[in-house]
Amino acid sequence: MDLFEYQGKQYFARFGIPISKGGVADTVDEAVVQAEQAGYPVVVKAQVKVGGRGKAGGVKLANDADEVRTHAGNILGLDIKGHVVKRLWIEHASDIEREYYASFTLDRSAKKHLGMLSAEGGVEIEEVAVTNPDAIALIHVDPVDGLSLEAAREWVDRANLDEPARAQAAELLVKLYTCYTEGDCDLAEINPLILTPEGKVHALDAKVTLDDNAAYRHPEWEEFAGADVQDEREARAKERGLNYIGLDGSVGIIANGAGLAMSTLDVVNQCGGSAANFLDIGGGANADVMAAALEVINSDPAVRSIFVNIFGGITLVDEVAKGILEALERVEIHSPIVLRLDGTNAVAGREILADHLSDRLVAEPTMLDAARRVVALAGGQS
Amino acid sequence: MSIFVDENTKVVVQGISPTSQGLYHGLRNRAYGTQVVAGTNPKRGGEVIEGIPIFATVAEAVKATGANASFISVPPKFAADAIIEAAAAGVPFVVCITEGIPAIDEALAYNRLIRDFPSTRLLGPNCPGIISPGKCNIGITSGDIALAGGPVGIVSRSGTLTYQALHELSQHGVGQTSCVGIGGDPVPGTSFIDCLRAFEADPDTRAIMMIGEIGGSAEEEAAEFIASSVTKPVVSYVAGVTAPPGRKMGHAGAIISGSKGTAQAKMDALSAAGVTVAQNLSEAGEAMVDVVKELA
Repeated sequence: MDLFEYQGKQYFARFGIPISKGGVADTVDEAVVQAEQAGYPVVVKAQVKVGGRGKAGGVKLANDADEVRTHAGNILGLDIKGHVVKRLWIEHASDIEREYYASFTLDRSAKKHLGMLSAEGGVEIEEVAVTNPDAIALIHVDPVDGLSLEAAREWVDRANLDEPARAQAAELLVKLYTCYTEGDCDLAEINPLILTPEGKVHALDAKVTLDDNAAYRHPEWEEFAGADVQDEREARAKERGLNYIGLDGSVGIIANGAGLAMSTLDVVNQCGGSAANFLDIGGGANADVMAAALEVINSDPAVRSIFVNIFGGITLVDEVAKGILEALERVEIHSPIVLRLDGTNAVAGREILADHLSDRLVAEPTMLDAARRVVALAGGQS
Repeated sequence: MSIFVDENTKVVVQGISPTSQGLYHGLRNRAYGTQVVAGTNPKRGGEVIEGIPIFATVAEAVKATGANASFISVPPKFAADAIIEAAAAGVPFVVCITEGIPAIDEALAYNRLIRDFPSTRLLGPNCPGIISPGKCNIGITSGDIALAGGPVGIVSRSGTLTYQALHELSQHGVGQTSCVGIGGDPVPGTSFIDCLRAFEADPDTRAIMMIGEIGGSAEEEAAEFIASSVTKPVVSYVAGVTAPPGRKMGHAGAIISGSKGTAQAKMDALSAAGVTVAQNLSEAGEAMVDVVKELA
């Protein structure tokens, strides 16, 4: 789960990472209240999970309440690359002497945690990595050892941060590592990390991605989940506990297993169609899961045909077949369904469905045949 | 022959109770012919469930039964500790199918194994397990879709695509030596390269099918290894050509980050290494049939 900047900053603050004084506002009046508390001048910042806010006019400096009203009024409701601004973060504006970059993520090749630190912050780190890779100091941290203050100091020296920033930066990086590990982040990134003219180091932005697998030990994450509705279809699927990702094609996809679901998207594409979604119903899917899956796909107006692609391992195909029939009794499906059923108990499953097949419920012997059929039914290539 | 497990493999199932996933899968594996010699449960030491003797710890189970492999399907919050317990008990091969282990725990467990228990191989987590057809099946793969006798070794990151691959080959009458699901998580205990190396060394494996997916760079690393160290023909398929960037496609590790981890880059790397890259698994199955014909 990606966090908004304000959530990321509040998350950082829990681990003692210094951030600017500020607060959230959903209205112009709230923005003024937050600005008064933070102290002028303030920065009014759009809260959207997309880069390029500044260029789109989503970040403005305000010196008094009138300016806060003007900027907050303009930014709330602003559409930034398809993301409509519903919330602002108002914080005390910082004077900036220098901008750095710092992050932790997992290096999957090295199978260790990877810290990246650069004295050239404020720009996209991928850009720096291409134009001036030597400006990024890397550190691999063995999870068994963790990051010591000593190692952090050596790292800061290597990154060539300005002398007055070094001691504070090293301490901050140890805290960022703690936030990354104890806070179960996939990514904890500060860009820019700033040095002020007064010699203080603190986080001016926050980009945090949480590891959903760790949600069970972070009840405090629930407040983050509520604020994150971008795709109505995904919200509905999440309520039903389905692993769903909305896409923009016309073929609804239901498959068991992440790999098979991905592969189904690919095959539909190869046959000239495009998928409306990714949906993995997982192992051991029953009638309830199948009904929920069909309901979610049915509620997507872009869907013109539905591909149910099942290869039974622990999932029993006869159970899936019963589930499909039960689901069809419960839900009126707008689009024709193409089935491909293989694996454990596939013969029994096909028998259960045999009497129910029609031009609205079609069975095909292989994944490729089914893909061609479902694309044709969606009005794509035949 | 086969890799990692065979008819001499003796399995201890960690976390057995009358209602546990461990018992369900353990019994299925035993029905296939796998030697399931023990189970563990801290509260049920001394009991016998469905003919399986239960011990309080893995160490006791190993001592009493000579178990040389373990099978873990416990919930995510217990899985990392279960892996370390098996390794500490000296189990050389640990299969963990648990999905949903936090990445931080997984990275920690992996590095503890490397440092403190280098003689233990972990397969998984978040994998379907391993089957050496006709000999041993540890995990959740349905035994009846596999065909014994070789000559193909399969290695895959995805569970259902592993089944699909077995099915494609078996339907064409092409058997398998071993089929290994390395799992879809960011830090798998066993890599493509580990399996490729083992298949290369196994005289009965004469061709290899490798199934990758988006995310990370394991396929690119495998391609380098194939170019330098694999003499046997390799047929490959990579899932996720149409996956959008920045989204986890079901598996925790299946995510395109920025421009990294795309299916196209992986397919290009594999092609450059001399691998036959198919556009889907049916095509991969047919390509492998041709490869096997050439072998004879």
